[in-house]
Amino acid sequence: MSLIVDHISYTYDAKSGIPVVGLDDVSLVIPDGQFIGVIGHTGSGKSTLMQHLNGLLKATSGTIYYNGEDIYEKGFDLKKLRSKVGLVFQYPEHQLFAETVFADVCYGPTNLGLSKKECELRAYDALKKVGFPDDLIFTSPFELSGGQKRRAAIAGVLAMKPEILILDEPTAGLDPKGRDEILGQIKKLRQEENITVILVSHSMDDVAEYVDRIVVLNHGKVFLDNTPGEVFKCYRELEEIGLSAPQVTYIMHALSESGLKVNPEVTTISEAADEIAAALKRC
Amino acid sequence: MEIVRAKDVVYEYIRRDDEGNIVGITKAVDHVNLGINKGDFVAILGHNGSGKSTLAKHFNAIFLPEEGTVWVDGMDTSDEEHLWDIRQSAGMVFQNPDNQIIAQVVEEDVGFGPENIGVPTEEIWKRVEESLKAVGMYEFRKYSPNKLSGGQKQRISIAGVLAMKPKCIVLDEPTAMLDPKGRKEVLEAVHELNKKEGVTVILITHYMEEVIDADKVFVMDGGQVVMQGTPKQVFSLVDELKELRLDVPQVTLLAYELKKRGINLPDGILTTEELVQNLRGI
Repeated sequence: MSLIVDHISYTYDAKSGIPVVGLDDVSLVIPDGQFIGVIGHTGSGKSTLMQHLNGLLKATSGTIYYNGEDIYEKGFDLKKLRSKVGLVFQYPEHQLFAETVFADVCYGPTNLGLSKKECELRAYDALKKVGFPDDLIFTSPFELSGGQKRRAAIAGVLAMKPEILILDEPTAGLDPKGRDEILGQIKKLRQEENITVILVSHSMDDVAEYVDRIVVLNHGKVFLDNTPGEVFKCYRELEEIGLSAPQVTYIMHALSESGLKVNPEVTTISEAADEIAAALKRC
Repeated sequence: MEIVRAKDVVYEYIRRDDEGNIVGITKAVDHVNLGINKGDFVAILGHNGSGKSTLAKHFNAIFLPEEGTVWVDGMDTSDEEHLWDIRQSAGMVFQNPDNQIIAQVVEEDVGFGPENIGVPTEEIWKRVEESLKAVGMYEFRKYSPNKLSGGQKQRISIAGVLAMKPKCIVLDEPTAMLDPKGRKEVLEAVHELNKKEGVTVILITHYMEEVIDADKVFVMDGGQVVMQGTPKQVFSLVDELKELRLDVPQVTLLAYELKKRGINLPDGILTTEELVQNLRGI
């Protein structure tokens, strides 16, 4: 299953009546099984774009194809699209509402019209996949820690069995271990289920560590769309649009400028350590 | 000279069932002793639920200790008589900028605090101007806050606290919701205040990079202070920090990984320059 975003633009009227451009001629191909990072400063259009991908917002011009079908065509089943493209909003734990974690996760599949048994199986399965501890399944979601609440909320979307999972800043406000745990689970999930994952993030370090492609948005336009190595090579341009590169990029460039022969394009700590160790051996 | 002193502070959250019976007690702060010197830049680290926010809320009498005592600028926070003086001495900035801004125009928002404590109008405007200049937002004084970016809004929140002329400012994860540029802007503004205005800063954060310039770092776990020292001392303990669900800055982690690969480097490298220098010395 694939999504093709074909020249979409989105403008909305601000209170003043002056149209504001949210997205400006965005085109993207989202093939099966990719792990994509989306970065951009606040207001660059990241969340607006994500809400187009499951049809919550409708483009002013251009269209989106889901498995070759135009989602804006009359008769297209948007409900089906929404069950296949799962969107986890920022601070998803604010949307937890049921009496127990289990009931909360069952809510989505129940609305798909599945049998009670199927819903419960899916809910349990989803909770397992996000690493949610068994003994907390029947507690109130409001008694959980921040990291557990977030897992429960992500499980709620996973129980819908999406083919594309979109996460809008899933680690904001979590401690470092919590960040690693959630992203590690998502990575594992993606490998095991072969689902496509789109990660919207303000953390360049996280993006560098996990994704295989980065889409950079700026003023509603696609500014860059490439592998992390290639994207972070343009760290000066990224800084100009309010972003940055992972600290590793800066270290590698500084080392390379100081005369040590290292490849400045590596973006993760372990790659960098290997690269530096090898370069020192050659000296 | 200390601005904040906590002695044997205990704070518990009591959970009750529908009938009001106690079902559990969580010791959020468990016999904490610490002192913060006037004019210092202090960071508090700790995983979610380690008690750092609960402790921080004791520093301006939002919470009062159940056992022990907290003094702010020499005043006991449990002493109701000093409540407003304490709140004025120690201002707080929270995570979400949207929850902290109330007025329609930036300068009105910044002036809200002093207005409430009866500062004369002329003095209010002076303070608004000074505070906005201190965080580099003066040119936005006539803007509507909802036209600003997250980093800018957060700087307005800080200016609002500054207008109260506090001696100490407590920031509880002020950058958690911001993009890299916003994060940088806020941190620069906070460092500036500390250096130029001599305001004591207590920064709570999950971003280890934000801590490297602090004078002192406290690490909390299970409601207790389990480590304290300079950033260099604390970040030398990579494995211990990881056990506490924390991390070290990427540079420090890279140096640690290099050491594991047999490269001779000192512990607790905090900046790119330091790492480059040390590596070039090999």
